[in-house]
Amino acid sequence: MNDMRIVKRDVDMNDIKISAKGVQVYYGDTHAIKDVNVEIKDKTVTAFIGPSGCGKSTFLRCLNRMNDTIDICRVEGSIQIEGEDIYDKRVDPVQLRAKVGMVFQKPNPFPKSIYDNVAYGPRIHGLARTKADLDEIVEKSLRRGAIWNEVKDRLHAPGTGLSGGQQQRLCIARAVATEPEVLLMDEPCSALDPIATAQVEELIDELRENFSVVIVTHSMQQAARVSQKTAFFHLGNLVEYGETGQIFTNPQDPRTESYITGRIG
Amino acid sequence: MSDQSASNGRISHGSLMVADPRTKKRNASEARFRAYGIIAISIGVLFLASLAFSILRSGLPAFTQYVAELEVTLSQEDYDAAESKMLKTAAYTDIFIQNFSDALDERGVEVAYDSDAIERILGKVGGDIRGHYRENLDDIGRPVTFQLQTSSRVEGYFKGRVDRESLVDSRFLVKTDLDIIDALTEADILTSRFNWAFIKGTDAGVDNPGGAGIGAAAIGSFFMMLVVLLLSLPIGVAASIYLEEFAPQNKFTDIVEVNISNLAAVPSIVFGILGLSVFIQFMHMPQSAPLVGGLVLTLMTLPTIIISTRASLKAVPPSIRDAALGIGASKMQSVFHHVLPLAMPGILTGTIIGLAQALGESAPLLLIGMVGFVAREFPDGVVSGFLDPNSAMPAQIYTWAARADAGFYEKAWGGIIVLLAFLLTMNIIAIILRRRFERRW
Repeated sequence: MNDMRIVKRDVDMNDIKISAKGVQVYYGDTHAIKDVNVEIKDKTVTAFIGPSGCGKSTFLRCLNRMNDTIDICRVEGSIQIEGEDIYDKRVDPVQLRAKVGMVFQKPNPFPKSIYDNVAYGPRIHGLARTKADLDEIVEKSLRRGAIWNEVKDRLHAPGTGLSGGQQQRLCIARAVATEPEVLLMDEPCSALDPIATAQVEELIDELRENFSVVIVTHSMQQAARVSQKTAFFHLGNLVEYGETGQIFTNPQDPRTESYITGRIG
Repeated sequence: MSDQSASNGRISHGSLMVADPRTKKRNASEARFRAYGIIAISIGVLFLASLAFSILRSGLPAFTQYVAELEVTLSQEDYDAAESKMLKTAAYTDIFIQNFSDALDERGVEVAYDSDAIERILGKVGGDIRGHYRENLDDIGRPVTFQLQTSSRVEGYFKGRVDRESLVDSRFLVKTDLDIIDALTEADILTSRFNWAFIKGTDAGVDNPGGAGIGAAAIGSFFMMLVVLLLSLPIGVAASIYLEEFAPQNKFTDIVEVNISNLAAVPSIVFGILGLSVFIQFMHMPQSAPLVGGLVLTLMTLPTIIISTRASLKAVPPSIRDAALGIGASKMQSVFHHVLPLAMPGILTGTIIGLAQALGESAPLLLIGMVGFVAREFPDGVVSGFLDPNSAMPAQIYTWAARADAGFYEKAWGGIIVLLAFLLTMNIIAIILRRRFERRW
């Protein structure tokens, strides 16, 4: 397995976006992530799969340092984005999060208007000089979020009044409005019905053109549908990482095989 | 298959049309619980109603005042003559009695009276009239309508505190005076009116319950509330935001937290002693000043505000914080743009509860000298409002309730009505503000 990854790294060296080496995460005394090495390519959808509590969300949250907000959480090892260590002392996590956007499991629009939800990021990062600029960013982001047609007539209605699927697409639009380079999605469809899920999945595929997308999901079918690369986590270990097709059809590790065939997890 | 499940111990549920004993028991206990609830609420309502009734019954008379209305015309000669006499007020009393008997004749009232009776009923009228003309020399030669306040005993007679049977003749009131009073009432000379002096006036001496008003004490309370609001709201909210959102979790913050809860339970009189020793004896701030009272009440209010603010910050869903941080907002931006606005209704509720507590507090004020009898004059301006000796409404009420004259007892109840009106106004403002800030998420 290790040999395989070395081969891959040589091949993909040019467009590696995120590279994690020897990442360890501790919650107090609990060792949540054990020595994870992974390289995430640009303009690719990478899926993290694994049973509940395997550490995939924890690892995802390391990529934009959201774990900093948890007092007892400690991260070791190195995570580099385009060769820069994001856990370096000089890195401001706020600046990092503008570059690495995040969409959460539960749709969490601000209790403000749809427009203000999307405009908030560009406003605090100073991305728009004039009202017209801002309008343009909001429209572009809502179009990217595949929700523009549904909300264009009620931009000033509250974002919390939308349906669950619309709220999640609004959150995606809000995340892309700050022009991140990487988009992290933590089980973005787990609170949605199949139709909304299909819409979001379609959207993820479109987002791949501009962003590197990392998605955590419980659904193996979803991983198979949307991702090009898949990483399987189990009990804090990264068991297997490779092309999605290969992971699902020809897993190298017996644990991966047991999981995708439904024997564990 | 079914045989197998039955032998596995499946329970027979019986008919759905008949309630089984377990269900009956459950329903009965629910019915009992509802009954307890209704009883509890009824008892509460009953207490509230009797409280409101007794307050209104005892307090409302304080808002009525009985005055003798009489038109007097004083000529320049009368004025000069009276001013040249040795006993000047006695001369004015004579003039008043002259006008008084004219008025009685005019209305066809026949009753025997003398100047002593007039003094017992209306007080020292000569002094009042002389005082008016010396202040307003222009009024000489013109008809002036005097409204002369009746004495405390006479008011007591009107309000039912004094009756004919039990009245013992004294230098304050004798039985024949009651005949005069009845006759004057008949003749519409003695009338009742709304007692504005009670709301606008200051405290009066122990011998003059009729002249006592709660106005000065209300101003004192107002300036104190201003101090409390301006200090405790920003300090309390800043402290809670720091503790809740920014402070590291360690021994020190744990101790701070525990002690904030402890402070909320400290009896208010302890804060009074503290204020006396620190603010007045050590820092030499002025005694009886609303500023010091406000500082003491701020200490008392802070824990309440901090606890309720922290609770409402905690109640804001963490997903909102994550959302803001995930977009790249700084910690402070996420707190001030998203968390604080959502916590605002709770913060306001806590603040108003704290202020209401402070407004109704008397014990610590008594210790720093804001007792009722200090409220003898209105402040001249904003600075003097903060620094000049004054009282506050609860302390004023306490002082009145402790005085012997039954007139003051009535004033105390009236003061409670004014205090409750203030509290009600504050709560209404709080509800309106809360409605404005409330948002769904």
